[in-house]
Amino acid sequence: MLFLEQLLNGVQLGMMLFLMAAGLTLIFGIMHLINLAHGSLYMVGAYVTATVSLASDSFALGLVGGCLATAACGVLIEMLAMRHLYHRDHLDQVLATFGIILTANEATKMIFGPQALFLNPPAWLSTTVNILPETPYPAYRLFVIVAGIVVALFLRHLITHTRIGMLIRAGATHREMVTALGFNISLLFTLVFALGAALAGLAGGLAGPLLAIEVGMGEQILILTFVVIIIGGIGSVKGALVAGLLVGVVDTLSRAFLPTVLKTTLPAASADALAGSVSSMAIYILMAVVLVVRPQGLYNAYGT
Amino acid sequence: MRHRLISISLFLCLAVLPPIAYALDDPFWITIATRMLIYGLAAMSLDFILGYGAMVSFGHAAFFGLGAYVVGVLTHHQFYDEIIPFLPFDWTGSVSALVQWPLAMLVAGLIALVIGALSLRTQGVYFIMITLAFAQMLYFFMIGLPDYGGEDGLNLWTRSEIWGLDLSESSQFYYVVLVLVGCWFLLSSRMVKSRFGRVLIGCQQNEPRMQTLGYPVMRYKLTAFVISAMGTGLAGALAANQNEFVSPSLMAWTTSGELMVMVILGGMGTLLGPLFGAFLLLSLEEVLAGWTEHWMVILGPILVLSVLFARGGLYRFLVGKRDAK
Amino acid sequence: MRVSPFIRQALAMTALCVSVQVLAEPAKIGMITTLSGGGASLGIDIRDGFELAVKERNGQLGGIDVEMMIVDDGRKVDNAKQIATRMVERDQVDVMTGIVWSNLAMAVIPGVTADGTIYISPNAGPSLLAGKRCHPNYFNVAWQNDNLHEAMGQFVSDQGYQNVYLMAPNYPAGKDALAGFKRFYQGDIAGEVYTKLGQVDYAAEIANLRAASPDAVFFFLPGGMGINFTKQYSQAGLKASIPLFGPAFSFDEGILKAVGDAALGTMNTSQYSHDLDNPANREFAAKFMETYGRKPSLYASQGYDTALLLDSAFQVVGADFKDTEKLRRALAKAEFASVRGEFRFGNNQHPIQSIYVREVIRDGDTVTNQLKGTVFTNHQDAYAAECQMK
Repeated sequence: MLFLEQLLNGVQLGMMLFLMAAGLTLIFGIMHLINLAHGSLYMVGAYVTATVSLASDSFALGLVGGCLATAACGVLIEMLAMRHLYHRDHLDQVLATFGIILTANEATKMIFGPQALFLNPPAWLSTTVNILPETPYPAYRLFVIVAGIVVALFLRHLITHTRIGMLIRAGATHREMVTALGFNISLLFTLVFALGAALAGLAGGLAGPLLAIEVGMGEQILILTFVVIIIGGIGSVKGALVAGLLVGVVDTLSRAFLPTVLKTTLPAASADALAGSVSSMAIYILMAVVLVVRPQGLYNAYGT
Repeated sequence: MRHRLISISLFLCLAVLPPIAYALDDPFWITIATRMLIYGLAAMSLDFILGYGAMVSFGHAAFFGLGAYVVGVLTHHQFYDEIIPFLPFDWTGSVSALVQWPLAMLVAGLIALVIGALSLRTQGVYFIMITLAFAQMLYFFMIGLPDYGGEDGLNLWTRSEIWGLDLSESSQFYYVVLVLVGCWFLLSSRMVKSRFGRVLIGCQQNEPRMQTLGYPVMRYKLTAFVISAMGTGLAGALAANQNEFVSPSLMAWTTSGELMVMVILGGMGTLLGPLFGAFLLLSLEEVLAGWTEHWMVILGPILVLSVLFARGGLYRFLVGKRDAK
Repeated sequence: MRVSPFIRQALAMTALCVSVQVLAEPAKIGMITTLSGGGASLGIDIRDGFELAVKERNGQLGGIDVEMMIVDDGRKVDNAKQIATRMVERDQVDVMTGIVWSNLAMAVIPGVTADGTIYISPNAGPSLLAGKRCHPNYFNVAWQNDNLHEAMGQFVSDQGYQNVYLMAPNYPAGKDALAGFKRFYQGDIAGEVYTKLGQVDYAAEIANLRAASPDAVFFFLPGGMGINFTKQYSQAGLKASIPLFGPAFSFDEGILKAVGDAALGTMNTSQYSHDLDNPANREFAAKFMETYGRKPSLYASQGYDTALLLDSAFQVVGADFKDTEKLRRALAKAEFASVRGEFRFGNNQHPIQSIYVREVIRDGDTVTNQLKGTVFTNHQDAYAAECQMK
């Protein structure tokens, strides 16, 4: 069934967005930091995963390597730059993280070269799976969806059932209190940033076999990620999941079906161009509507 | 006063640039300087609301692009002698600067009125995001219009015309741009020092207080937003002329980001600062690019360091202040 | 390499002070091409092909010293436009070349040629510039965009396919591609889809394709786009049931390297193949392999032929290469041994040449193209009649 296949495509895109958005919303919600460099972390994850996978012939190893390397980069950036930005206003944060993007992009070009890298999914995922009789669907995309679900469950457990999760929730709303109670808030921030970075790295690593791995790939997904966290509610991981799925499905379904609708009245090339542009606009219209109607997003930070 | 000294010497230097460039047999400097002035104008207009009104608009590139497209569309229709489709009357466009440029400002202002009315209902980071959203919508809208080139853009076969001048000649175009930038600077300075400007600054410092004092805060902010957009629109019109090409990427969020960088690097809330910021950023691009292909790896840390340590921007440093205000 | 104005001025001063015999001024060739991003392999191949020819002649073409200025446009129209302006105004290049993508070409070439600079295209061949807006300063050494697709349209019809699904990116070359295919293909069209230039994920398109049940797919997706599509198509399990056809751009050597077995058995049309049997090509293919460690793609051959064309023209005009009119006439004669065999220009300064069909096969441990047959001989583009030049 065509609709089911396109719906799954939307869910898969949604899961990727969720991985990116979860990290970003945590960082934004807890440290009140606008981090434009989140896309660069995604790119680092993709490059490291590809390099390790190609060298070791194991995708699993590549993914792990990618996550760890990106988390390490995250810690480095946090200690060098972010730490000084927490109490600065958003404008300074935008500028500084914009500078980090430029540096990261160029450094990646210098290390890996300007050409794009291409990675294949592991052999056991390079086939199709029949989700319904007579309905094949690429196994790798299913894997991405499953990975997203696993991460979502892990994050929920982390935030609601562990000590660290409690500290995260407390730190988001009552920073001074947490410090007064004797916890090392600066260590907490570093941990949260590293977690966010690892999630971005995972998203990048998973994206590798699907998309071309090239310098600047982070910017494209970054802006969508911001849209997702605004719609979902800053600081809410549940919001990131719901909004991620919403944006992913809306984007994919409109790209899939709008051209057919428009081709009834317009020539093919114009119909496709218009469809592409309208479906791109759709997400921003959605965000603008949410902002005007319910500016804090669908879910409050750590609300139920 | 140091401000006066710096602004006068700046404009004097700019005024004598073309003869010097010709003497050095490198007229390309005039082209570069024109580009810096145009972006400087856009950044200055952005500073009006960013530095004085604390409205961080991440979507100002939309007005830049709109101004450029007004010129592009009018020139395109004039050249091909085609009637503009979406107007209620027949008009085949115009290449006269006196028609195009004010119209560019008007269109930018009108769209800003709509965007501002909706966006100014939000605050802080939400304002940033919603202005971004509107700019992205316009960006994708222009991409989807195949008649005007879509993503590939539109070539302009001729620059705007002003009776008595030839704008295709680079130094004449340069002086026109310089005069416009100078006028806009004087106008903005006047506005900032006027009662209007004071209210705006008051809103930046403490909005509830202004409201209690009885000022219609929303109306002031909206007016400032619209004026800022008009300046940026004019800059867009000039940019279209200089490149003889318009494309949706003028409206991309990265362009908005660049404008913000210019404002902050130069010094926000100073009006002249953003002009310096534009000069700095664009000349860094030119010079660094001549040295190494990987110049951005140098620019990136410069940006980060300047944020961390040189608070207040280049202009304040020149004038002798360390911190913003 | 761009030479900064400061360095240039310093050098000029030194030269004056050291009053040496004035050496012949080199010819400045400005190459704007795509060296980064998903479309980089095309630009890199063109550059490598061109540079090989110059290297073989010890930094000269036609006996004239050559100064190359190679700048990356990143497939961005604005970059290309700005770089072109710089090259014409600041660096004052004598000849310009290099652009890969037709949308960048359409933004740059009309302005540059109108300003009096000669432009030789090693790749992009948009229909407008071959027809209505042809210009004496514009030459195309590769093909007109439609050509390879026209040949595939003919081939697919000859093979008996009746219901073909079409895909191309939404930019001038993409539209030219499907127009060219439809000009020679006689069956039905199961679907006609224009994707976004630079798009990486084709899940939605592949799902729609599957639902349309065509008997074959013709797609034009050069560079990184082709790699992504072919991989995803194979992952979706469609390769066995619905065969893929395309121009060489969808299956060039670079793409095959990245895609591997997922492309085996597909057919594509090209004006060039590394196994073409003529003396110039045998030598070129061997040298290219030796210098760069890979088989030359059609893009590499196009870059090489562009340099050879300039070489032949410079040999005729000698030190007068700054005389645009003289250089133009020498270029139009096209008296050089092209690696694709026969080569001549039509009235619109686009090639009249043969188009072959190739199959993707496994050759030892690599996947590569193999020449299978000829589809057209002495093929001219469909827009030549619209060109009012000469």
